[in-house]
Amino acid sequence: MAARIGVVQFPGSNCELDVIEAVRLIGGDAEILWHGDAELQGVDAVVVPGGFAHGDYLRPGAIARFSPVMSAVVEFAGQGGPVVGICNGFQVLTEAGLLPGALQKNRGLKFLCAPAELRVDSTNSVLTSAATKGSVLRVPINHFEGNYTCSPETLAELRDGDRVVLRYVDNPNGSVDDIAGITNGGGNVVGLMPHPERAISALLGSADGLPLLRSLLDAASVSV
Amino acid sequence: MIFMLFSVQVEVSLRDGVADPQGATIERSLPHLGFDGVRGVRVGKSIRFEVESADETAAQAEVDDLCRRFLTNPVIEDATITLTAVDAASARG
Repeated sequence: MAARIGVVQFPGSNCELDVIEAVRLIGGDAEILWHGDAELQGVDAVVVPGGFAHGDYLRPGAIARFSPVMSAVVEFAGQGGPVVGICNGFQVLTEAGLLPGALQKNRGLKFLCAPAELRVDSTNSVLTSAATKGSVLRVPINHFEGNYTCSPETLAELRDGDRVVLRYVDNPNGSVDDIAGITNGGGNVVGLMPHPERAISALLGSADGLPLLRSLLDAASVSV
Repeated sequence: MIFMLFSVQVEVSLRDGVADPQGATIERSLPHLGFDGVRGVRVGKSIRFEVESADETAAQAEVDDLCRRFLTNPVIEDATITLTAVDAASARG
C-alpha cells in the first residue's frame, strides 16, 4: 500500500494540487486535508503547502495557525510524524511554534519568482534523507516574505544541531546564514521557502525537487 | 458583575535590530521628493479595538496576552499598548 500524504488546504492556499500531483508522480497517494477539520484522516505525512492562507492577514501564518487542523498537525509532529511546510506553509509552521525563527519581507522589498540553487547541507531530515549532502538542487522560489531570521542563540542551535538542511548558493532574499530550509530537533518537521513540487520534470525546467519529495515519501512509508 | 469598557490601541513595531525594508525604502525615496534630513524611518502597524474587563489591571493582562499570542510575532515584533477607559454614558450614546 502506498503511503498517504495529507495536504492541508486553507482558504487562500494555492499549491495544494501541485503537491498532490507531485506525490502521485512518485508513486504516493495524496489527499486534501480541510483546515476546518481537527483530524488528519490517518495520513502518514502532512504537507502544509504554499499560498496565502487566510489572505496573509495580520502576518503570513498568523491566523492559519489557529485553524482546527493545526492542533492535529502539532500533535502529529509531536509524535514524530513527518510534517513539511513549503513557502507559506513554512511561515505557518514558524507561527505555530513547530519551527523556530520567523520569515520577514525580502531584502530589497522584492517579490521573488525565479529558479534558485540550493545546497543540501544536511540529510538528517524527512525532506533531505534521500538527497546527496553537498549536492546543488535547482528549485523555484516564489515569495515576498522569505527572509529567514532568528535570534543568534537559535541560529547557533540550528548550526550545532545540523538542522539547516538547505542553503541558498546565492542568497536571494537576505535570509540569515543563507538559510532556505530548516528542521526541528527530531528531523521530522521541515520548513523551506523553495517549491520542490514545482521542480518535478526536466521538461518544465527542473526535476531537482524529486529527491526531496522522495525523502518525504520514504519517511511516510515507514509508518505504513 | 459590572464590566468596564476600554479603548485599546496596539502599536506593532519591529524590534530593535530587526531590519525594516519598508522603512529603509521610504527613507531612501524621501530625498527625491525634497525631504532631506529625514532619518530613522520605521514602519509598523496600528490595531484598535475595545475590550470589556473587570478593571484596568485585568484589561491590561488580557491585552498583553492577546498581543503575545496573536497580534505580534515576538521573534521580530514588539507591541506598545495604550488603554483608555471609555466613559459608559458616552459609549452608550
